[in-house]
Amino acid sequence: MAYLELKNVCKTYEDASGGTKVLSNINLTIEEGEFVAIVGFTGSGKTTLVNLINGLIKPTSGEVLFKGEPVTDTSHERGVIFQNYSLLPWLTVGQNVYMAVKEAFPKESKEKLQAIVKDYVAMVSLSPAINKRPKELSGGMRQRVAVARALAMNPEMIIMDEPLGALDALTRGNLQDEILNIWSKDKRTALLITNDVDEGIYMADRIIPLKPGPNATLGPEFIIDIERPRDKTSLNDNETYKKNRNAIIEYLMDIGNERKSVSNETYELPEISPKSFVA
Amino acid sequence: MKQSITLNKITQLMGFGFLKPITALFTGKPQKEDIVNFLKKIIVPLLSILLFLGVWQGGSKALFNKEANFKIEKALADQGQAAADEIRACIASGEISCQPNTLPSPSQVWTSFKTLLEDHKVISADKLAFKEKTAVMNEKRIAAGKEPITYTGRPSFVDQIFTSLKTVFAGFLLALVIAVPIGVVIGLSTTLRSSFNWLIQIFKPVSPVVWLLLVFMIVKTLTKDSNSDSAFIISFISVGLCSMWATLVNTAMGVSSVDKDYINVAKVLKLGPMQKVFKVILPSSLPLIFTGLRITLSVAWMVLIAIELLAQSPGLGSFVWEEFQNGAIDSNSKIIVAMFIIGIIGFLLDRIMLTIQNMVSFNKNEGV
Ligand SMILES: Nc1ncnc2c1ncn2[C@@H]1O[C@H](COP(=O)(O)OP(=O)(O)OP(=O)(O)O)[C@@H](O)[C@H]1O
Ligand SMILES: [Mg+2]
Repeated sequence: MAYLELKNVCKTYEDASGGTKVLSNINLTIEEGEFVAIVGFTGSGKTTLVNLINGLIKPTSGEVLFKGEPVTDTSHERGVIFQNYSLLPWLTVGQNVYMAVKEAFPKESKEKLQAIVKDYVAMVSLSPAINKRPKELSGGMRQRVAVARALAMNPEMIIMDEPLGALDALTRGNLQDEILNIWSKDKRTALLITNDVDEGIYMADRIIPLKPGPNATLGPEFIIDIERPRDKTSLNDNETYKKNRNAIIEYLMDIGNERKSVSNETYELPEISPKSFVA
Repeated sequence: MKQSITLNKITQLMGFGFLKPITALFTGKPQKEDIVNFLKKIIVPLLSILLFLGVWQGGSKALFNKEANFKIEKALADQGQAAADEIRACIASGEISCQPNTLPSPSQVWTSFKTLLEDHKVISADKLAFKEKTAVMNEKRIAAGKEPITYTGRPSFVDQIFTSLKTVFAGFLLALVIAVPIGVVIGLSTTLRSSFNWLIQIFKPVSPVVWLLLVFMIVKTLTKDSNSDSAFIISFISVGLCSMWATLVNTAMGVSSVDKDYINVAKVLKLGPMQKVFKVILPSSLPLIFTGLRITLSVAWMVLIAIELLAQSPGLGSFVWEEFQNGAIDSNSKIIVAMFIIGIIGFLLDRIMLTIQNMVSFNKNEGV
């Protein structure tokens, strides 16, 4: 039995004009302990897919199974890092994380919970800012708080929606390693949404492209068969890495071009001639 | 430097940003922009005050002349030249008994203001003396289980101000206690919201006078057999009922329009219903709740004067009404003094609420 399974999942957002069909026929199987990355263009429905898996929204048709059970609601077993951070602005960094930890471990003592909060805030190197409110943080700092909040809950499966998008290369690299570390420690399962192919190859066992919507479906998967722990510097010379990277980028460029050529609308251009400022 | 930063922050938060040019002038080396700012933000408003006083002075003078001429002509028509001359001389001499009764000039108002303060000193001294005189007797009376004797003399203007403030705060608290919980409950449920909407829409525009009469009907019967201060009860309940609607509507709106991201966080963390309300929904609607409370307080202060006037309960409203009926020579200027005091207190109350509002509010995009 697969750990997470999506069977023919379709999602349509209803609205006045009939609705937009965002995802169609998504079939995805993730085994326990796997690290899967999904790459896709902006607006293709990646966040929608994440929300279907974590239980915030329900599929229009098809099934989402988690450990064989249909997903009907959110669960502490599946931790989420939201794309837009979603920190509570009236709480400090520490309080934001504390709130999550308290819900995840209701039986622990206050001191223990505080200690967990401290650890995870330190992990994302935000200890000096632990008493600051989100408005005093930069975008990247907020993103790190969101990472700390999700990981501190110690979920079995980590669902990450472009979690490192706003970070500089160095911080990004560090956090990638932290996430990999936490993932491998207790053999967790991870789903990473990203728009960075290199990040996907560095972190994941499998990369699956999401074709551009509407009616987005998953493309063919690319298996990244590189020994762990992977080393960033030597990765560049690794044959598997190079081969996969080129294949994925080529594929994405192909579907990108396809999307352009699918649009056969013709636009009538207005007749414009340069204006003479002299006359 | 640090001092000036905190000073600026406080004035900013209080909504006294217009004081910034002054603090800038005194807390460091004045820059050229500071001086321009000073001119713009301090000198120009001062000029506008002078202009206001000038127009007032001119207007009251014109009204005075009109009233005086009328008086003289009336005397001329009724009693002949001699009486007219006498009145003219009387008015010119500044004799109080024959001054025309009209809009007082700024200086008259200022004099009345000082008179009222003097009056307050006299009455306070009187009160203190009375208290000392009756202290021993009151102790005995209390020991014997009787009511102590209290001062029943005329309240001073300052006493009236405090009575009004007491009433307005009682009314405001009542509005808060009723409107916030109901607003939260209504905001949480679409069904309740649509079923109570008609009630809110109908009662919101009802005039303070009608509320007063309604409260009067009920409280009069309820307090039949007790000798409590029903005028105070009637006026503060009416004030509360008139002013609570802004808070009710704003609270309901704040609670029902919580950002979807925050709700998603609550869902992913699996907060219980109570936790969700107290830790996510209420904090995120606090800015709107306080916006409502600010409107409520200013409405409360505004209707209070009218309600006191009608309910004959002590306070600034009845002060104004009594002075108007009194018709003494300085009554008009006392009324104008009361007008300024009412305005200034209203302004200060609004500033206090604005400060609190600024402290609790956050930008919608801050956490996102
Ligand atoms: N709640 C909603 N109601 C209606 N339409 C929606 C809703 N959420 C998303 N959509 C639509 O679904 C499509 C996919 O949105 P989604 O947020 O899943 O994209 P995404 O791949 O996460 O994009 P990005 O990379 O920019 O985050 C978009 O066209 C969007 O307009
Ligand atoms: Mg997205």
